[in-house]
Amino acid sequence: MSKLLIKNGHLIDPVNQRDGAFDVLIERGKIAAVESTIPINGAKTIDAAGRFVVPGFVDLHTHLRQPGREDKETIETGLQAAVRGGFTTVCAMPNTEPPVDHRGVAEFIQQETRRVGLATVYPIGAITKGRLGRELTDFGELFDAGCVALSDDGSAVADSFLMRRALEYAKIFNRPIIQHAEDPQLAAGGVMHEGLVSTTLGLRGIPAEAESVIVARDIALVELTGGRIHFAHLSCAQSVDLVRQAKRRGLQVTCEVTPHHLALTDEAVGLFNADAKVNPPLRTEQDRLALIEGLRDGTIDGIATDHAPHAEWEKAADFDSAPFGISGLETALGVCVETLIVPGLFTWRQLIEKLSAAPARIIGHGGTLSVGADADLVLVNPKARWTVEPGRFVSKGRQSPFTGWTLTGTVERVWHRGHEVAA
Amino acid sequence: MGNGATVTKEGVSTASWTRKDLLGLRELSAEEIRIILQTAESFREISLRPIKKVPALRGKTVVNLFFEPSTRTRTSFELAAKRLSADIVNIAAQGSSLSKGETVLDTVRNLEALKVDSFVIRHASAGVPHLIARRTNASVINAGDGAHEHPTQALLDLFTIREKLGRIEGLSVSIIGDIAHSRVARSNLWGLTKLGARVTVCGPPTLLPPRIEQLGVRATHAIEEAIRGADVLMLLRIQHERQEAQLVPSLREYRLRYGLDRERLQQAKAGVLIMHPGPVNRGVELDSSVADGPYSVILDQVTNGLAVRMAVLYLVSGAPKVDDEP
Repeated sequence: MSKLLIKNGHLIDPVNQRDGAFDVLIERGKIAAVESTIPINGAKTIDAAGRFVVPGFVDLHTHLRQPGREDKETIETGLQAAVRGGFTTVCAMPNTEPPVDHRGVAEFIQQETRRVGLATVYPIGAITKGRLGRELTDFGELFDAGCVALSDDGSAVADSFLMRRALEYAKIFNRPIIQHAEDPQLAAGGVMHEGLVSTTLGLRGIPAEAESVIVARDIALVELTGGRIHFAHLSCAQSVDLVRQAKRRGLQVTCEVTPHHLALTDEAVGLFNADAKVNPPLRTEQDRLALIEGLRDGTIDGIATDHAPHAEWEKAADFDSAPFGISGLETALGVCVETLIVPGLFTWRQLIEKLSAAPARIIGHGGTLSVGADADLVLVNPKARWTVEPGRFVSKGRQSPFTGWTLTGTVERVWHRGHEVAA
Repeated sequence: MGNGATVTKEGVSTASWTRKDLLGLRELSAEEIRIILQTAESFREISLRPIKKVPALRGKTVVNLFFEPSTRTRTSFELAAKRLSADIVNIAAQGSSLSKGETVLDTVRNLEALKVDSFVIRHASAGVPHLIARRTNASVINAGDGAHEHPTQALLDLFTIREKLGRIEGLSVSIIGDIAHSRVARSNLWGLTKLGARVTVCGPPTLLPPRIEQLGVRATHAIEEAIRGADVLMLLRIQHERQEAQLVPSLREYRLRYGLDRERLQQAKAGVLIMHPGPVNRGVELDSSVADGPYSVILDQVTNGLAVRMAVLYLVSGAPKVDDEP
């Protein structure tokens, strides 16, 4: 493979504390050099003037739907969407059919990923067999098969006894247990946030407490067991406060937030727009602002998309019947720029950190442009504006609550292990 | 047309109505509500004639698309369409819980291919009429969508109050019962507040939806407060399922605290109107003596429902004024 030189760009590499004019040389799939000026010396050259050169984003939370629901997404279409969005590493949630509760399924996912190329996929294994919340899976076998974390995402581990045992047992492996914090009894039957909007629309609501009671409980269990937990997709102010206090006490608690929870409130439901139906639901403006503040002060470690695509006909149903989920890989960067950078709440460096280095720390892979690292990088145009048209998504999930929004910031080019992948 | 003895202050023209659909009262202006009530006034008289028919919607096709069983509302719409000389088709469709959306849209598209002018839709899921209205050029009338709205019910309630008490503005209206699950309560809340009534909702905490006061109503858990000084008492049906879901400990307990019996009625204002959208759970939310008593206007509600539905069918179809010769 010949050498590739990316010149004149503004490099942001939070891990190595670089934020300025640096050239990057890529050779044999790795970062070979990062200097203020690198001579061309026969390398193929890319002029990155006016662009940010950043590490490929790392998504802690994606639903690739394969195996089982290839009508909603396949590993191939999901990764096409991922790289479009600037993500070169994706963690695949295990609520597939069959679920990733056995090494065979994890291996299938990795095999298919190798065939597709485009990006790196780390499977996340299930915490319980069948994700039924009753019996623990073979944690060791799943980690050996390549899983980077375990989660029953889609559902919580609701049984406190079982959650305790899961946290204790996982200590052998020093890998996160990821909790989808939702008390099934408090949430039961709800389709959106319980509040003024749900009252007005006559829809059953999911109170914020359905999440915060589990967050509180699990923090107590982490304290009891000395274990390690990561909370998926936090959605409310109470959860942020609980995690902030837990971190102050030195507990091993991390968490993530999605772009849609940073950008939207329950008002996005409008007149029964099922594109805004998601679990956990979009909540109030106070919650949204608390999530932004939590991300800013480090309480929330990183941004994860919770990309949850569905077939168009499924989302075109009445609000009660439509499945939960937002197809978010392709809009993640633009939504974050529009929500955090344009109003001056975050700098580009802070945002890139939250999309790459910080999530990478949770799983122990990627998120850096260190010399010797895999050449996973992205060219971002920070000024380009574009309008969201889900019909043009490469994901099969051709729906979005951001339909018609004009966003700032585009992913122009993406390299994965030194190969340029379609963007 | 119109019975001159009924007091109406506004002189609005039906030509001001521009909506192809009636999906709810929340998005209507007070003016639009008055247009419907005025138009209903003109149609009420038709049901008193020996030949109860006008050709206003002759040649138009109306489809009753009911995904929830209903005899009363469906019959009311059917008669309303027939008295306007429209062709009416009744479809009692079952939506499966998994593919409701596909079934509803496909059903509607197929019917639309038969060149239907109006759909009257009732569904257990909120938002279905809106989903359909966005995708069809035909008119859509919401006959009840989940717990969201039941606009024609609220309109006939408003009509009945105006008929009996001469106005809406300044009246105290209490809605008592399972507010949380009630589309009738929501539509009435919008209609009444837009026309200037003071609305109180009353029920146990488990049956009052969160933040209901932010919609401009007073909320109380004490039925005595709801009754005191009210010009209108609107009772809602309490369903057995609420006991099963532990929203009330039992219907017996509900009746003891929230049932309107003759004794509680004594606390009410003279001339109070007792209303109920029906069907009444006799002996639960309303004692028979009250339901059948001198203050009850429940049957007037049914009669007025026909006139209101004729008005709504007429307005959304956008038909020009036709002479009322049979």
